[in-house]
This record gives sequence, C-alpha cells and structure tokens, in this order.
Amino acid sequence: MASVPERVVEPGAPIRERRAPSRRKKLVPYALLAPGGLWLFVFFILPVVLMLGTSLKSGGLLSGGGFRFTWEWSNYGDALTTNAPFFRRSLSYSAAVTILGLVLMYPLAYWIAFYGGRWKSSLLLLMLLPFFVSFVIRTVQWKFILGDYNPYFFGFFKDLGLLPQDFKILTTPWGVIAGITYNYMPFTALPLYVSLERIDKGLVEAAKDLYASKWAAFRKVVFPLSLPGVFAAFLLTFVPATGDYVNSDILGSAETFMIGQRIQTKFLTDLDYPAAAALSIILMIGMVILASIYARVLGSERATDVAAGT
Amino acid sequence: MAVATQAPTTVSPPRRRERLKSGWVLPVYSILMIFYLTIPVFLMILYGFNDLPGNAERQTTHFWGFTLHWYLNPFQDPQLTEAFWRSIRIAGGNVLLATPIGALLGLALGRYWFRVRASLNFVIFLAIAVPEIVLGSSLLTLFIEWSQSPQLSATAPPLGWRTLLLSHVSFSIPFVAVTVRARVAGMDRSLEEAGQDLFATPVVTFFKVTLPLILPGILAGALLAFVLSLDDFVISNFVVGRDITFPLWVYGATKIGLPPTVNVIGTYLFLTGVILAVVTALLQRRRV
Repeated sequence: MASVPERVVEPGAPIRERRAPSRRKKLVPYALLAPGGLWLFVFFILPVVLMLGTSLKSGGLLSGGGFRFTWEWSNYGDALTTNAPFFRRSLSYSAAVTILGLVLMYPLAYWIAFYGGRWKSSLLLLMLLPFFVSFVIRTVQWKFILGDYNPYFFGFFKDLGLLPQDFKILTTPWGVIAGITYNYMPFTALPLYVSLERIDKGLVEAAKDLYASKWAAFRKVVFPLSLPGVFAAFLLTFVPATGDYVNSDILGSAETFMIGQRIQTKFLTDLDYPAAAALSIILMIGMVILASIYARVLGSERATDVAAGT
Repeated sequence: MAVATQAPTTVSPPRRRERLKSGWVLPVYSILMIFYLTIPVFLMILYGFNDLPGNAERQTTHFWGFTLHWYLNPFQDPQLTEAFWRSIRIAGGNVLLATPIGALLGLALGRYWFRVRASLNFVIFLAIAVPEIVLGSSLLTLFIEWSQSPQLSATAPPLGWRTLLLSHVSFSIPFVAVTVRARVAGMDRSLEEAGQDLFATPVVTFFKVTLPLILPGILAGALLAFVLSLDDFVISNFVVGRDITFPLWVYGATKIGLPPTVNVIGTYLFLTGVILAVVTALLQRRRV
C-alpha cells in the first residue's frame, strides 16, 4: 500500500521512454520482407524484364536458328500495326463492358448499402456469389443459357415467333460482351459497394433537411462521394476485361478475336515469342499507366486495399 | 468510428420513414439483378441432377429429369478426377507457401517504416493490377529462358506442376500481403505495448498478442490463396505443360461437351468456398 510507484510520469512527458532502436531491431522489417520481396523479384519483376528482352529479339525458332537479342524495336511497330484491329476491338469491348457493368451494378450496390438493413451481409454474399463458381464453369453456363435453340430461353421465344429463327447472341460481339460483363461484375460491384457503404447516411438526411429533393441529395451528395469507388470499379473491370480471352474463346467466334487471344496464340501456337512479348509489354504499359494514375490519386496502399476489397 | 457516425437513438423516427421511402423500383430492380447474378449458379447446381437418357455422358440443354447419380458418383472420368486432385494439391501447396511469405510481407508493410516501403507497396499494387495474361506470358518467358540458360538449365523446372505451383505462389503472395497488411494497420498497437509493459519479450508478445490479433487476416489470406489457385485459368494455361488442372480440363472439354460431373464438382467446390467464406467472415467479425 505504501509502496511508491516505480516510475513517475510527469505530465506531458512521453509515457514510456523508447530505447533507441538497436541495430538488430532496425533489421526486423527487412528480415520480414526478405522472402516475399525476393520471391516477387524472381517471379514478377525478373520475368517482366526478361519479357522486355525477348520483345527486342529477332530471328526464328525453327528457321533462323533461335532468337537473338538485337534491339529489334521494330517488333513494337509491327505489333501495333498488325494487331491494330484486335487492340481496337478489345478496347471497345472492355469499354462497353465497363459502362454496362457500372450502370447495372451501381443501383444494386446503392440499394444494398443504403437500404440493406439487417440483410446487408446476406445480400452482399448473393451479389458476390458468382465469385465462388469457377470462372470457366460460369462462362460455360452462359454458353448453355444463350444457346441458339435453348428450349427454355431463345428456342422458346423462337417457337412462339417472338424472335426470328436466325436470331443469335453466341458467336457475336454481344455474346462476348455479355459474358465478360457477367464475369467481372463482382469486381465492378464490390468497390462501388465499399465506397457507398462508407458514406455517412446522416449527410443525406442533412441534405434533405435543407430541402434537397431525393434526387438532388443523391446527385449532389451521394454520387460525388462515391466517385473513388466508381473509379476503382472502372479500373478493376476495364483492365482485366481488356486482357480477357476466355469469354471470346467460349462465347465468341473468329470475328470476336481479342488481343488476349492474339498474345496466347502467338506464344503457345505460333511460338513467335518476340512478337508475343512485344504485344504483352504494350498491353502492360497501357494498363500500368492507367493503374498509376489511379494509385497517384488514392496512394498505392489505399488502391490495393480497395482492389482486394478490404 | 461507428459511435461517431451513428445518430442518437432519439431521432430514429425519420430514419424509419427513410426506409419506407425507398419506393419499389429500386428493390425490384435489385432483386432482378441478384437473380441475374445467381442464375448460372443455380443452373450449375440443377444440371448436376440432369438424368441424361441412355449412356449419354455429355450435358444437354434439355433437362430430362432428376437423378442423384452424378452427385453420388462425381469421380467417374479418370482424367477429370486426376485434374481435380492435382488442382487441390497445387492449391494446398500454394496455401502452405504463399500464406507465410505473404503474411510476413504484410506484417512488414503494415507496421514498419523502411526505406523501400513505398516502392514495395507499388510493386504489390502492380502485381495485382496487371492483367493475368501479362503475368502468364512473362512467367512462361522466365521458365523458357531459365531452361535455356547455359549455367542454370540444370536447375530449371520442366513445365508442369512445379511451374504451376511457382506461378500460383507468385500471384497469391500480393493478395495475402494486402489482406494481412489491412488487418495489421487496423490493429490496436496499445495491446502490444501493454504486453511489453507486463515484461513480455518481443517474441512472447508476438506469439501471445500480435499473432492472435492478425490471425483472422492470415486465415482470410490463406482462403483467398486457395480459391485463386483453384480457379486460375489464364496463368496456368501458359505454364501448364502436361499437368492439366481442373479449370483447364473443363475448358478443353467445352469443345466436345461437358459431362454432368463437371457441374457436380463445380457445385461441391462452390459450397466449400461459400462455407469457408462465411466462417471466415464470422470469425473476423467476432475478433474485431
């Protein structure tokens, strides 16, 4: 009872004196990041550098006796000119997909965030349900659903005469766009939901107290505050959609060939590594520029947090 | 934060009116959208019950009637079965490798300041943001160059499960790191200081205080690593060699028609994923 406190802390003084960090302590973060940093160096940075090297090689695997590094910058010019239609097609598909995804998902994300009430978590799970089905399987499901003569869908309407007999979605650009839109919907919806959920609902009430109509409150308060989420959704949909080739492969035809399919064929079928690498690097640079603008706006830490939905 | 943003309970009446005012257009639209999002999931489950006539083994759009046959015997096609178990093994190995490596990285980024922190954050961001096809093609380039390098070719892994595993670990590490980093950043540091005030050594503090606090983040990261690996098609397609995985088998089989067991295995995977996600979410909520 009578014992005197061992440490008397003066007001204003730091509560606990910190020892100057020892040399060993300073090394702790480096020890923690060493395995991951090393792994990312060997299996992410190095491969990209090697691919950059490959993209500047010339020669042929079968004819020219292997590829040689010759600073072949013309690979890039060739890649751009011969693949211009595929780049254009991929970009227009992914633009359509992104706009469609944003327009379709925004109201749903808004509804769950603002009116979900106690069902919020369950509705969110339902919204993200496609995520839990294998990517290839859910694409195949759409091939079934959109089949030209599916007796429960198009075939049914065709029999009733409501659709012309030669109506089809599969193998057309619309089939591919529909497939990509569906497959990346969770990527579109999640950032929208996260940013809408964070908005203080009191702000909407305040706007209404100031006689803003419901629509005006949305336009002037909610929508501007949700813009970071819209931007995140744009990026997270646009980037993978541009590189996608599975949807075009399963739901499309030769007329819907996308840049991802070009890269894949050049690499795996034609074994034209320099051309494939140049295409891949071009795609990467375009996406990195987009992503960097985004990271600059949010900071890369915030940006990855939104990207991973945490 | 929740305390600061919540209005006092005395003004709840306007809040209630708010809910009623949402009208009917938005809810109806939302429910239609949820229907649209979930319809392929239901079809996948439903067509696993499809009672195909005779000896037919390929799925048809026509639904012939219910049978439990496929759900009770999902492993009939030997190639599909082999690909499935290979996928599970690779996903398991991926979890074992990517979780600790990524968690350490997340811990370093979440609580320490060091020289290369900003650049490392940016590299992780890029690894997540770059299209998968770029990752796949660059990894294939690495494995090709590795096998052709005069000095290192003896150590080069042949394309197959080894290259699949190496690739899966490398695209999973950033996701685990980000998940753990978020958890570490949201952690209450005063608990660790309390531990140290009670004369716990740094190592004891780590195992008794820090680790239990960030464990839900690590579990979520491990789950993410498992799912990403199991579902990966694009990157695997580049580095696969002959060791076909489940998604690659399904993809190849789409050209000739799918057996109903694909729906069944897909359904089992789907249910496992949903249950694991719900459990992880509940764990995370309780530990906050």
